[in-house]
Amino acid sequence: MKRIKSILLGAALLGAFGQTIAADQFVALPSYRIGSYAAGGSGIYGGAIDYFNLVNANGGVNGVKILWEECETEYNPSRGVECYERLKTKNGGATLVDPLSTGIAYGILDRLATDKIPMTMLGYGRSDAANGKVFPYIFPLITSYFNQAAGMIKYLADKNGGYDKLKGKKIAYLYHDSPFGKEPMPVLDAQAKQYGFELVKIAVAPPGNEQQSQWLQIRQANPDHVILWGWGVMNSVAIKTAQRNGFPREKMLGVWWAGSEEDTVPSGDAAKGYSAMTFNTPGNYPLIDDIRKKIYATGKGNLAEQSRIGSVYHMRGLTMGVLWVEAIRTAQEKFGKGKVMTGEQIRWGLEHLDINEARQKTLGVFGMFPTVKTSCDDHEGSGAVKVQQWDGAKWIAITPNWVVGDKALTRKLLEESSLTYAAEKKITPACLN
Amino acid sequence: MLYRETGQFKTSYQSDNQIFPIRQDRVAISCLLLFAAVAVPLFASPYMLSAILIPFLIFALAALGLNILTGYAGQLSLGSAAFMAVGAFASFNFIARLPGIPMLAAFVLGGLCAAMVGIVFGLPSLRVRGFYLAASTLATQFFVIWCLTKIPYLTNYSASGVVTVQKMQMFGYEFNSPASKYLLVLAIVAFLTLLAKNMIRSSVGRSWMAIRDMDMAAEVIGFRPLRTKLLAFAVSSFYCGVAGALYAFAYLGTVEPEAYNLDLSFRILFMIIIGGVGSVLGSFLGAAFIVLLPVMLNIFGHFLGLPTNYASNLELMVFGALIIFFLIVEPHGLARLWQIGKEKLRLWPFPH
Repeated sequence: MKRIKSILLGAALLGAFGQTIAADQFVALPSYRIGSYAAGGSGIYGGAIDYFNLVNANGGVNGVKILWEECETEYNPSRGVECYERLKTKNGGATLVDPLSTGIAYGILDRLATDKIPMTMLGYGRSDAANGKVFPYIFPLITSYFNQAAGMIKYLADKNGGYDKLKGKKIAYLYHDSPFGKEPMPVLDAQAKQYGFELVKIAVAPPGNEQQSQWLQIRQANPDHVILWGWGVMNSVAIKTAQRNGFPREKMLGVWWAGSEEDTVPSGDAAKGYSAMTFNTPGNYPLIDDIRKKIYATGKGNLAEQSRIGSVYHMRGLTMGVLWVEAIRTAQEKFGKGKVMTGEQIRWGLEHLDINEARQKTLGVFGMFPTVKTSCDDHEGSGAVKVQQWDGAKWIAITPNWVVGDKALTRKLLEESSLTYAAEKKITPACLN
Repeated sequence: MLYRETGQFKTSYQSDNQIFPIRQDRVAISCLLLFAAVAVPLFASPYMLSAILIPFLIFALAALGLNILTGYAGQLSLGSAAFMAVGAFASFNFIARLPGIPMLAAFVLGGLCAAMVGIVFGLPSLRVRGFYLAASTLATQFFVIWCLTKIPYLTNYSASGVVTVQKMQMFGYEFNSPASKYLLVLAIVAFLTLLAKNMIRSSVGRSWMAIRDMDMAAEVIGFRPLRTKLLAFAVSSFYCGVAGALYAFAYLGTVEPEAYNLDLSFRILFMIIIGGVGSVLGSFLGAAFIVLLPVMLNIFGHFLGLPTNYASNLELMVFGALIIFFLIVEPHGLARLWQIGKEKLRLWPFPH
């Protein structure tokens, strides 16, 4: 009986607490901490939460604290939609969301405009959402898959001494046989035609824990480079199988979902020399020191293992946190400092982000991610990437500057694709105010 | 006390053959239907409708489809998600390529496409049984998903393979509010459930059960295994196909091959195992268990204020433990528990 009483009391307190914090900025985190992709989910959402905790500890955004709630999706579209529906009306309504899953993002895509909740898609599809006239509430911030693929070709061209040197080269594209793996194909096909290299596409059926036949194919084709567009267990298997087949890892270039500690550490020695794309420069930053000092030292850190602080996924999560908070700040500058913003107002903030180098320095994240400047035409804001290499213990950036591929091409492709979508859905492309 | 059939005499064959022979059951089911059709859309929150009840009904329909095949006709199948995918993609393509086709017609056509695929992949059932058949239906699963990722025509040449579905429209009316979608799903599911129940009670169902219990004997007494088994595959796939189309159109809003993976097939199989193999009610109970319980556990975990990573893992553990618990307590499923409860209730309060 006593226990029941205390539970009831706790519930009542919780209810009261819920009422008093209604004046906070509520954001929804449909996260995944179990299932096959838990490593990515816990790192990225953990990073974002660490940053929110830091912002709150420093007094919030002009006094407005950030309030979030997680909901387990297991990376499953069906549960993701449920989570979105559950979170969207809580605490006065969610004002930002990022499900970190293409499947879930597509599932809630149409609901977002009706519910007036902006969604960021940090490093995943759909690329054509960069056209804000068709997708006013969707923000594939920093770099989409299209620009990443273009960036890969640019990097490979630079490595060979220029785009003209790609002629006659052979590039194998080893991909996760899913929408994720197919998304960059238009870009790669177009560039193959333009620069005269041969693109050998080899599919790996998800989850991809057996790739012997694919690597035999690669050995037969003997390509100059292998682009690994993988996710989850597929990556470490690819690296290990490459070693077994004697394919040099230096010739492999992974997508950024194939470039975290969770992909290389399980492969052991095999991963040494393997490189992958990223939109974060690996290293240490004043912000990460701050998080260690103010969050983890006081036991409020979100990651279970402190060794993961500053890891690829954690840093990606911090980037997400920074972008969200900057969007809230930008919105507050227009609609009133110290006020809780609505989803529509944050949407405006996301569309007018300007995180230049000076702003990055103030935030203690100078160089951690490329400068971001968004507009209605460009919901991506950057399109720049970096290449990092695994030295056996940690990731090291091997391109000193940000790499930008053929943006004219990706722009053309995403315009076409988004306009097809607009025609299908009978949307008249227009900027919102 | 209240649940007693004293004084209810059956004076005609008709009354003897009705679905719910006991008056109290009839009253209860009418109340339930009335409640579901009137009170729920009026009072339930959009979250409840669009995130809980719609997927529950859709999965119940898919589980019912599999139950027809596995529970009544005795053919084990691991391809339910593939049939759902066929239904979803076929409906999508019918609407995309035949402008102006009524949505319901597209769903039915989608279901028929799934039925045809079901017949083709049901052919091995004439030769192989049990686990071997399960393995051959596994081929459906891989083949269908492979087709959907490989043939761009089926996804309307979308670069990513994920397609957002069209709006649900019928006679100029657009189903876009959660309540309208829910009512549509409820109507379809209720109608198909009634149809299934009657099929099962008729000679068709009896032939399925004869085949299930001993196909040699059934053949000897004059049932044609070819026709009976393939009919079971067709009907079952039709149900799964319609469920798949609803899943895409009324719930997710997208069609993508990945949403219909092997995992989903297993989940539907678990639904009928936990709910009750060979029971219409079991399909609904099983769907409720598999779809709703993780959500409830998740909400409960948050309510207790557990840190998310503990809550998420705990949810998985409790869910697994409950499955084992129910299977030990009642291997015949939740439907059987319900039946035992009803029998006890009839004698209550004097059990002897």
